[in-house]
Amino acid sequence: MLDQSYYTKADEIIAHYGRRASSLIPIMQEIQEAYRYLPGELLTYVAKEIGVTEAKAYSVATFYENFSFEPKGKYIIKVCDGTACHVRKSIPILEALQKELGLSKKKHTTDDMMFTVETVSCLGACGLAPTMTVNNEVHPSMTPEKALELIAELRGDNV
Amino acid sequence: MGFMTIDGRKVEFTDEKNVLSVIRNAGINLPTLCYHSEVSTFGACRLCTVEDDRGRTFASCSEVPRDGMVIYTNSGRIKKYRKLIVELLLSAHCRDCTTCVKSGECVLQDLAHRMNITNVRFQNTRELRPLDTSSAALIRDPNKCILCGDCVRACSEIQGLGVLGFAFRGTDAMVMPAFDKKLSETECVSCGQCRVFCPTGAISIKTHMDQVWDAIADPNTRVIAQVAPAVRVAVGDAFGLTKGNSVMGKLVAVLHRMGFDEVYDTAFAADLTIMEESNEFLERLGKGSPLPLFTSCCPAWVKFLCDQYPEYKENLSTCRSPQGMFSAVIKEYYRGYEKNQGKKTFVVSIMPCTAKKMEILRPNSFTNGQQDTDAVITTTEIIRMIRNSGIEFSTLTPEACDMPFGFGSGAGVIFGVTGGVTEAMLRRFADKHDKATMDTVAEAGARGDEGIKEFSVTYKGIPLNICVASGLANARSVMENIKSGKKHYHIVEIMACRRGCIMGGGQPPRAGSRTKAARSNGLYQADNVTSIRKADENPLIVSLYDTVLKGKTHELLHVDSY
Repeated sequence: MLDQSYYTKADEIIAHYGRRASSLIPIMQEIQEAYRYLPGELLTYVAKEIGVTEAKAYSVATFYENFSFEPKGKYIIKVCDGTACHVRKSIPILEALQKELGLSKKKHTTDDMMFTVETVSCLGACGLAPTMTVNNEVHPSMTPEKALELIAELRGDNV
Repeated sequence: MGFMTIDGRKVEFTDEKNVLSVIRNAGINLPTLCYHSEVSTFGACRLCTVEDDRGRTFASCSEVPRDGMVIYTNSGRIKKYRKLIVELLLSAHCRDCTTCVKSGECVLQDLAHRMNITNVRFQNTRELRPLDTSSAALIRDPNKCILCGDCVRACSEIQGLGVLGFAFRGTDAMVMPAFDKKLSETECVSCGQCRVFCPTGAISIKTHMDQVWDAIADPNTRVIAQVAPAVRVAVGDAFGLTKGNSVMGKLVAVLHRMGFDEVYDTAFAADLTIMEESNEFLERLGKGSPLPLFTSCCPAWVKFLCDQYPEYKENLSTCRSPQGMFSAVIKEYYRGYEKNQGKKTFVVSIMPCTAKKMEILRPNSFTNGQQDTDAVITTTEIIRMIRNSGIEFSTLTPEACDMPFGFGSGAGVIFGVTGGVTEAMLRRFADKHDKATMDTVAEAGARGDEGIKEFSVTYKGIPLNICVASGLANARSVMENIKSGKKHYHIVEIMACRRGCIMGGGQPPRAGSRTKAARSNGLYQADNVTSIRKADENPLIVSLYDTVLKGKTHELLHVDSY
């Protein structure tokens, strides 16, 4: 069960965008923005409030890679695997990060809720390939070594 | 209005919604998997793709007819496309055809035959997923789903529920309830329309045939069948008989031959329902209890109301459904040792409905803690059981139902079609039974296959507003109108499936508009040739109140709560 505060927050967001089916995506985005993920219970709640079926809302939420029903870590690392980054070896970076953090294709977030590692299809910074972002901050021309250094730095930052 | 050239032949078209309809009306059976005229056009299966004179290919279901179009439906290129599409669909489909419940009725299987596909060149890369067997009525096998979306649209557009939806994207796309919940955890009402729309075996009826065969094989069990009205008009065509004609006599004969000890007509219990429900209505009217009175024969509707509009539970008739009443009466009749001769009684109800399988498990379908109906067999299953037994159905000599519950009035028979319950009730309210009176009742406004019908009649000087609706999306509109105070009714009859039980979720699928009309005509004809057309004049009902039902009317025929 979610805390009542989640529903109050959802009510505010719904009121802002209006009780319309077309508000579904912006509402989901803002909820995700607030909690770093989209709690399933809230999706059900929003669907009912704006008059779309739960299955339809779930359909939209799963269609877009961006929405996540899993709580995400403090640092969200997105490794670009667009064409340019891919040919400049982004996958070894991803693999190095996953190995270091004990993550995999299925497990995106560390148990301590510190790191989430995902891939994106293109960050639009192909000239800086291979790139990755940490909470929207862009890191250009990455290598597996640089990525691991960054992790160490972020961990230290947290101590 | 205009002309188009289809495969070199000039074809006139009038108000067809799309090119596909023009092509089909011109006698070319273009295949489709996702096109149903009753729901929105989806354009996903691409099987109806045709080519025009400029070499452009397009899905004919999604193209508006234009004057002067030149269309090829069978060019070399189109044929190749069509075959490839089916091959690709098959590649991601569980192909255990011989053991699939849908075998023989499967659209995909038919297409594979039609396209002459003898080899599928592509590997199935989809992960094997578990079956959802949680529902009392339906089984969902995601491995047989071809993502045509027919069930999704049936559930949301016709039934206004939207339990099923697409999830994920691209090669990961699947049809499932939200959060991949089990059907039993959703607001699914077990109406089975998804199963009727599903072209493959991805959604099928949970069968109980084996249970029935076992009961029949047991010499210490008395197996009793009750046959619902809508079943008799949907079995014949499976055995080459005229579509829609009632084959009740043959059904009784075949059930006897299969080993059922007694066979009864649920129309008898429908008469009983009318007696109780009309009394209840008059009582409510007199006492000023909550109105409108909602009919309670349809379990899918009852669940819909309890889930979606629980504040109106009070308005639901407390009458059990005809199935429920009948089973309770049969069980009561055989309760004493002398009557049952030491035998166990097993009641099988043969129904056009999947939701009935759910209804028998409802706590309020039990009498004194005992389940009244032991198994529900849908029309689709009884056809299979008849085939299984090898008895030649079409040449059987018709037989009559057994006694003492073997006769239903014409009023009971029309329960299977939308408006039938209302008409039966109005007949009960009529003080005469001559043909002219019956004709007046028939013309009051309950008949016809519109989704929502409204009309008024006068009973002893009181004007009664009546609403008859079928399809749960229509039921939702009716409920919203009542809730907002826009409409005031005295009686509301709802059947969850469009057109009523004749199009129920357990009926043989793939019924076109001709079949729909034939089934409803079939029931009205069966009613027409019955001498007793009022429930209250059924002599068996009259005597039942003096015998089995004496002092037990409420216990056996009503529910205490929903």
